[in-house]
Amino acid sequence: MIRARGLVQTFQTRQGKKKTEVRAVDGVDLDVAEGEVVGFLGPNGAGKTTTLRMLTTLLTPTEGTATVAGYDVVRESEQVRRSIGYVSQAGGAFSGARAGDEVMDHGMLYGLKRSVVEERGKRLFEQMNLDGLWQRMPKNMSGGQKRRLDIVMGLIHEPSLVFLDEPTTGLDPQARANLWEHIRDLRARRGATVFLTTHYLDEADALSDRILIIDQGRIVAADTSDNLKAQVAGDLVEIEVADPARVGDAAARLTTITDGRAEVEVEDRMVRGRVPRAGRAVPGLLRDLDRAGIDLDAIEVHRPTLDDVFLTLTGRSLRDAEAAQQGDGGEPAADDPEPTDAPEAVLR
Amino acid sequence: MRFLRESSIVFRRQIRMNLRNPAWVLIGAFQPVLYLLLFGPLLKPLVTQFGATNAYTFFVPGMLVQLGIFGAFFAGFSLIGEWREGVIEAERVTPASRTALLVGRLYRDLLQLLVQALILIGLGYALGMDASFGGLLLGVLLTLLIGGACAAASNALALTTKSEDVMAPVINVVMMPVLLLSGILLPMTIGPAWLEKASDFMPIRHVVDAVRSAFGGDFGSSGLLWGSGWSLLLFGLAIWWGTATFRKENS
Repeated sequence: MIRARGLVQTFQTRQGKKKTEVRAVDGVDLDVAEGEVVGFLGPNGAGKTTTLRMLTTLLTPTEGTATVAGYDVVRESEQVRRSIGYVSQAGGAFSGARAGDEVMDHGMLYGLKRSVVEERGKRLFEQMNLDGLWQRMPKNMSGGQKRRLDIVMGLIHEPSLVFLDEPTTGLDPQARANLWEHIRDLRARRGATVFLTTHYLDEADALSDRILIIDQGRIVAADTSDNLKAQVAGDLVEIEVADPARVGDAAARLTTITDGRAEVEVEDRMVRGRVPRAGRAVPGLLRDLDRAGIDLDAIEVHRPTLDDVFLTLTGRSLRDAEAAQQGDGGEPAADDPEPTDAPEAVLR
Repeated sequence: MRFLRESSIVFRRQIRMNLRNPAWVLIGAFQPVLYLLLFGPLLKPLVTQFGATNAYTFFVPGMLVQLGIFGAFFAGFSLIGEWREGVIEAERVTPASRTALLVGRLYRDLLQLLVQALILIGLGYALGMDASFGGLLLGVLLTLLIGGACAAASNALALTTKSEDVMAPVINVVMMPVLLLSGILLPMTIGPAWLEKASDFMPIRHVVDAVRSAFGGDFGSSGLLWGSGWSLLLFGLAIWWGTATFRKENS
């Protein structure tokens, strides 16, 4: 459905008098099969939106090629446009116009008949739980309703491939959960291929069959969530030792069940290590510690998260990457800076 | 055919939004009316000095061009709001022609200008303007051409700057010399030679002259030819610029 090879996008930026060339997207290869739901994950400014804008014909690639829905994004942009739906971060319905009017006009720009658009639009309103909001202005809608309206506009010409750019950014947790259901429905109900960008790990995890991770304009990983997590050397086991004198002893015993790729860390009375299949190994560890007379105050086992994956792949945590991005400011792409009080998702 | 369909979808959408918030249209029409009522009478005793016979036949053409230029220059502001809300991008992912996206908006600006022009001409007649129907028609046509050019340029500027804060000063910088060097209020011929020479380089001055010639029934004048030429040229250039910005990747 999507095949991109060596996509590059450069921007000229000016810092003071010095002109510099920024490679916002620096050689992206990606493949998406029909019917797949793919999550495109990366920190702000990693090149997600820029890549998306190239795939949706809004931006001509500086280098490289891409075919979307069987058509070349540069030479056959019109056919690409007919085949895809795109829901941008900004939406697409004017806040001061009536929702239904915006949907009608948008659909008719695809060359559809008024009656067809109206019938489809009203049915989509029902499916998206927007019943009775046809006449409402987007400025009087909740964030979740507004997002669902944007998706209705993106679906009005019944595309087989839907691009969603940061679909749940800025929504409250309930509205997010609700929108996730609707996004899942896109495939379940219409068999659509879905390509969504997000910088929320849990969102990529919850919605996608496969995850592409982009960092600094390059794809650093492309696999299923489970496989990506399996790349991280096991689950994180944290034990809190009651007697400070026995911490070294406990660390030695934990080391016996790690696979030796990463060192066991010790910090005050805390001992941490990566243990493959910790669920099976931990009972033995506990008996071992018990026999040696080492008392524990607490033990915790964490499954690897996509943040761990990101850390393994790039040497930075996703949160650090976000902070670094926000620090340097001069960012060329349309990736909006996010409020720092992002949902707990980033931490999970 | 397809172009007409697409541009008229954009046009109807724009008109719907304008009608919802008609304040700008009214303000735009009100300004020249005030000029006509409050400045026109001052011209009356002076017109003979610069070779005209009827103050309003002289003054209404200037007001028409002013309306065409200044009203249209503000057309781009609404585009920035639309861009910010993702409307332009949403339109650009549809297969619709990029030129249609611009031209649909120009239809709105031209319709608005036409309504304002008719108000102005009606009022001019009521005050004693004397112009032939053919002259009026030609004058209004030129006004629409130059207005369309300015509206297209304004839309292009809006999509290039994407900021009201940048656009407002730019428009002001352009507007002042245009107003002062076009002979909109008083003819350049009454000024010193250097000033008149300077005004020769101002294309809008020729447009004003042309509309005046048309209203005065002076169809054979070279001024009419020059002004029409400039109007067409500016219109062509602005449409080209506007379409280019709508086509351009970054907008």
